[in-house]
Amino acid sequence: MPRARSRALVHGQAAPGPIENAIKILVLGVLCLVVIVPFLTVVSTSLAPREQISAAGGLVLLPRGIDLSAYRALFSGGVVSRALGVSIGVTVVGTALSLFVSCLLAYATSRPYFVLARPVLLVVLIGMLFSPGIIPVYLVVKQTGLLDSLWALIIPTMVSGFNVIVLRSFFQGIPAELTESATIDGAGEWGVFARIVLPLSKAPLAVVGLFYAVGYWNSFFTALLYISDAAKWPMQLVLRTYVVNDAAMGQAELATENLPPQSSLQMAILVVSMVPILLIYPFLQRHFAKGVLTGAVKG
Amino acid sequence: MSSVSRTDAPLRAKTVRGDLTDPSPPRTGPAAAPAPVRRRPGFWQRLWRDRILVLFALPGFLVLAIYHYLPVLGNVIAFQDYRPYRGIRDSAWVGLENFRVITEGDPAFLNALANTLILTGLQAVLVFPAPIVLALLLNSLLSERIKRLVQSILYLPHFLSWVVVVALFQQLLGGSGLLNSFLRSHGWDALSIVGNPELFRPLLLAQVLWKDTGWATIIFLAALSAISADLYEAAAVDGAGRWRQLVHVTLPGMKSVIILLFILQLGTSLTVGFEQILLQQNAVGLARSEVLDTYVYNRGVIGGDWGMATAVGLVKSVVGVVLVLGANKLAHMFGEAGVYAAREK
Repeated sequence: MPRARSRALVHGQAAPGPIENAIKILVLGVLCLVVIVPFLTVVSTSLAPREQISAAGGLVLLPRGIDLSAYRALFSGGVVSRALGVSIGVTVVGTALSLFVSCLLAYATSRPYFVLARPVLLVVLIGMLFSPGIIPVYLVVKQTGLLDSLWALIIPTMVSGFNVIVLRSFFQGIPAELTESATIDGAGEWGVFARIVLPLSKAPLAVVGLFYAVGYWNSFFTALLYISDAAKWPMQLVLRTYVVNDAAMGQAELATENLPPQSSLQMAILVVSMVPILLIYPFLQRHFAKGVLTGAVKG
Repeated sequence: MSSVSRTDAPLRAKTVRGDLTDPSPPRTGPAAAPAPVRRRPGFWQRLWRDRILVLFALPGFLVLAIYHYLPVLGNVIAFQDYRPYRGIRDSAWVGLENFRVITEGDPAFLNALANTLILTGLQAVLVFPAPIVLALLLNSLLSERIKRLVQSILYLPHFLSWVVVVALFQQLLGGSGLLNSFLRSHGWDALSIVGNPELFRPLLLAQVLWKDTGWATIIFLAALSAISADLYEAAAVDGAGRWRQLVHVTLPGMKSVIILLFILQLGTSLTVGFEQILLQQNAVGLARSEVLDTYVYNRGVIGGDWGMATAVGLVKSVVGVVLVLGANKLAHMFGEAGVYAAREK
């Protein structure tokens, strides 16, 4: 597809002149810098040596030398180590559960012969039309005993209607011949689901998994609302308290004697809270267009 | 056939053709062979036959039922003087008392409403067109490789949390941020951007643009790649230059997607940047920063005025549903497949 497109550009659309092209690339280059420079500053400051930071008055664009003391301080135990553990746990468990439950729901509603397919699908679709409101959901979370439990960060947001619809429309596109021949060979619904449908759905699973994982990792308000015990804070709350609200980190927060500069600590916290996303992003990036489009256009 | 496959195969074949559970074309193959004329199995029989699928759907259904549908009933506290220690059952009923902030126009409520509508309006005018322009720019690049690279970079901020985005903006534009350190070290005055109520709205818009413009191009790029190259060639044969191709081929080709997305955005008019604003509210004060969602949170969860906050939230939700359904209808009137109708297909 992309190849055909670029040919069309040359043959169909009149080709842009060299000056026009240069201006476009310049504009896009500036936009890319606007995105990259903040990342660069944060990573650089978290790694820069103490003297350079105090000379620059807080932030540096490129570090002169590498100083890992901020990271050592964060990982020596204390608030950030604990929050990182919470965030990783919630994200891994939450994403696994979300994917599993959503796939099952999407599979059931994608079977044309399923007697409840339409009603259940309507429950998903109508649910996407409204939001029940902050306080009523809070009351249900409280009633079901999840307040101050890490499950409050997982269970209420476990199923996203949009993601179910993305998965369902992909499952529907799997040729019926494949699932039927498995049925004839004696496979039950579980066999068809686990051995035919899931292995054929790697791309949408990757995209939907990423959406869920990013949602769990980034969730800030649910934690603010449901978790009051600071020992159970995820990274986003730590980030808000010590970076956005600029609360000072001292011996109480870090189990270390030698405190690095506050700004390199803050930047290191920012890096730690971005790294998981930066790590998985390149692997999943190529599936985006496909996954999003099945949901938006075809779904 | 029936000797090998499961005993219910004839039943299934029948329902496949008879049911309207799915508009996709009927399955072909051995299962669709003419089944012996038999009484259509009853609902309970079919439910029992599909018991495994019921089990499949159950966990997801329960989560939605308990944490999405059940809370709707919790909105009854909008009609109560709700006290957490008394619970819904024992709190006093007060009729429409809680709705008086809306009907009588409480200044704090009106302020939140005004801020919400102003921000929505600004976003519709200033933020909405940005990804369209960016998509056109990307699409007109000759080099597929540069296009990919730029896309990879510009999509990234979408995946960062609002906490990270707000923190990044503070570090760069804040009082002791990169920009101001640079200005000071060159003998210029520092600029007050973050925490300045006057600049709060532009700051919010800049953050939204930074975070989501790249990602929002995806759908427009898809619309662009669906435009047939023949149209461009025909236009070129007719002597259309690049500008006229844009006006007469490209934009008409994107029209339906643009209208659809714009209408969809209208449907969410009352929801703007909840987490984004909540994080920055302390520094700029409520006069400029309070929106409906933060009002509900601040009055209800923080202030303990549960009934009144729920009443405002309820009205907001109801208006929201009306807007979304109205938007869908509007999309139909424009001749586009409605969003939710389209989703079911």
